[in-house]
Amino acid sequence: MKRVVLPLLALSLMTSVASAQQNLRIGLAEDPDILDPTLARTFVGRIVFMAMCDKLLDIDKDLKLVPQLATEWSWSPDQTAVTFKIRPNVMFHDGEKMDAEAVRYSLDRHLNLQGSFRRSEINVVKSIDVVDPTTVKVSMATPFAPLLAQFTDRAGMVVSPKAATAAGANFGAKPICAGPYKFVERVQQDRIVVEKFKEHWNASAYSFDRITYLPIVDGTVRLANLRSGQIDMLERLQASDVAEVKKDARVKFASLTGLGYAGITINVANGDRGKTNVLAKDKRIRQALELSIDRDAINQVVFNGEFNAGNQWVPPTNPWYVKSVATPKRDVAKAKELLKAAGVTNPSFTLMVPTGNEGQQVAQVIQSMVKESGFDMKIQQVEFATSLQTAQKGDFDAFQIGWSGRVDPDGNLTAFIACDGGQNDGKYCSQDVEAALKLTRSTSNFEQRATAYEKIAKVHADDVPRIYLYHPTWFWAMSPKLAGFQPVPDGMIRLNGMKMN
Amino acid sequence: MLTFIVRRILISIPTIVFVSIVVFGLQLLLPGDPALALAGEERDPQLIAELRRLYNLDQPIWRQYLIWVGNVLQGNLGESIRLKMPVGDLVAAKLPVTMQLASMAILIAVCVGIPMGIVSAVKKETYLDYGANVVALSGISVPSFWLGIMMIMLFSVHLGWLPASGFVKPSESLSQNLKTMIMPAFVLSSVTTAIFMRHTRSAMLAVLRSDYVRTARAKGLREPRVVFRHALRNAIIPVVTLGAIQLGELMSGAVLTEQIFTIPGFGKLIVDAVFNRDYAVVQGVVLCTATGFIFLNLCADLIYFMVNPRMRG
Repeated sequence: MKRVVLPLLALSLMTSVASAQQNLRIGLAEDPDILDPTLARTFVGRIVFMAMCDKLLDIDKDLKLVPQLATEWSWSPDQTAVTFKIRPNVMFHDGEKMDAEAVRYSLDRHLNLQGSFRRSEINVVKSIDVVDPTTVKVSMATPFAPLLAQFTDRAGMVVSPKAATAAGANFGAKPICAGPYKFVERVQQDRIVVEKFKEHWNASAYSFDRITYLPIVDGTVRLANLRSGQIDMLERLQASDVAEVKKDARVKFASLTGLGYAGITINVANGDRGKTNVLAKDKRIRQALELSIDRDAINQVVFNGEFNAGNQWVPPTNPWYVKSVATPKRDVAKAKELLKAAGVTNPSFTLMVPTGNEGQQVAQVIQSMVKESGFDMKIQQVEFATSLQTAQKGDFDAFQIGWSGRVDPDGNLTAFIACDGGQNDGKYCSQDVEAALKLTRSTSNFEQRATAYEKIAKVHADDVPRIYLYHPTWFWAMSPKLAGFQPVPDGMIRLNGMKMN
Repeated sequence: MLTFIVRRILISIPTIVFVSIVVFGLQLLLPGDPALALAGEERDPQLIAELRRLYNLDQPIWRQYLIWVGNVLQGNLGESIRLKMPVGDLVAAKLPVTMQLASMAILIAVCVGIPMGIVSAVKKETYLDYGANVVALSGISVPSFWLGIMMIMLFSVHLGWLPASGFVKPSESLSQNLKTMIMPAFVLSSVTTAIFMRHTRSAMLAVLRSDYVRTARAKGLREPRVVFRHALRNAIIPVVTLGAIQLGELMSGAVLTEQIFTIPGFGKLIVDAVFNRDYAVVQGVVLCTATGFIFLNLCADLIYFMVNPRMRG
């Protein structure tokens, strides 16, 4: 009897381990929106797209561009066109061929489909030409170096033209792309299931047969699911849980500084408030404000030291960070001197803070810090959507903002400080910055761009149209058996190389 | 009879119109420009203009309302902005989940609350009575999100008996479905259980003091027979009425419970829709719920009319 039972038991154990290995369950912090790369707008949706839809290019942990559906790319000498070599013999999930024509179709769809959220990311594109079945040329009216970075996200995702044409705006109900996993089912607010696409060009790099994404909004419940073995991994662990998770042997922890920032936009010239705002009167008052703030203290007090203090639009760990313009240390004496030189005593202003998250706490810490230099700062809490509207109208002195961050530094900067920038709510305008911004877009050469960014950082540090405060960190938690996860600053979960031990 | 029914239906029409105006007006109360909120971080002006056009946000309010009502009358509740799915389909998919949750909660409340009420009345001012009262008071005073998280910590994280959250359809696996639903149903039922217990207790106490019960005891009937056959039958009537009201309460209580346990039901649908400014979904769900309540009221009126001859006068 024993002879039969034992091997059977062993076999059943092996099968259970194997079946557990086949399915990776990932807890998401929100339910994604529509699964159409053209119409999608949420961060969380991008995590699911990483499994289903390959992009022209990808990034590595150092933010370097790496090939995905495009194997090579080259700029035209005048920097107004990029030619992509498309990976041969790649198939979509519906068996259709992924070629240069499919790339052209997808980019055209991103640009022209009604309600496209991608248009603004690649609207510099003027034409997309198929040179031959494995070559596509993307042309622009003016040089725009950040374009390549846009192709590392949804704007670079290629969809099956046949499926997209047939489904129209309903494509998101059953997306057909060329990623390592194909769509199986979605139960709204409950789960999204994808299964391995065996014909994927890099199928051997993916060990799981199935991925189940489970949106679990409550951070505590998401962690409880991981600890009880209901899920194998979760994204966006709450900062307040980090210390506890680090001590817990049942859970493995990973973290990496992201691409985003939080800071303060100062109304220097927008509307009537731009004229009456004391912070707009003299740059020395803004410099004094910046010198009154201890960024490390904010990070320690509000975020348990888990975030990164910073003074630029990219974090200090980013290759585009300008090292020569370091984060200034808090200096109350100097701040007082500057205020005196500017001829103001006890300048009074209001900081508009969107409700929710830790914004309110950050504002309170700042309030008490700047008081020591003589600033009388009031806090005005405003609902998020209203705050955007108010900021656009210019009805504010200072506005606490957050930005999720982009791969290319241009996405973190230009719209906010270019004279006609769509999000330049403070209406700051400097011809020096303008010229340097133009330069950063006109060349793909790293050194030349970095030099231009250094120029901007210097002018920025002197004019202080915005005060950057800190850069959020991504936190992940997972089963100790899960190996091979590589954090990348964009906060995505890349499934290649991941396996269950 | 026919006149009564027609009159009641006619009275319901202005109520539904009023509800539809309120539901539509709710979006005006939400601050901020919806198109700006929808356009995401990039705030692309072309996209904002397109969104305004697409969702008729560029039209005057009264015209937006008429367009919406016109569509609703044709059975079209609109499309979820976030998911690009018909709102009608979403409602149809979510309603059964919440109904199962609410039914299970009411079942637990009946099976636990009523016996507790009986015991506490029969064993008045004993430790059993005090114990039952403490349980009932805790049920009312403990916030459901706290109770939910504590239960997850105990039964999922420490004991590993039940899944911490999620949902499995009964058609896929009944046992798994029950495993995922038992904790949320228990949490949802906590307040109702307590209310049932308190009401059963006071009704039973009143009945147990009445003359006919004393007579029954004087006749020499045994205590269980007195309690269950004579007293409970009369005491239970107000509790049953209460149960019908509580079912409505449970449907709204499900909003929070579904959020904690990630149950993809009606409550979670509306909460997510509010946070994402998915107005079509919010309007559709609220309109469906309100119409449902009006319909149930109408049915109740008709039943009263049929069973109560005095109303026919």
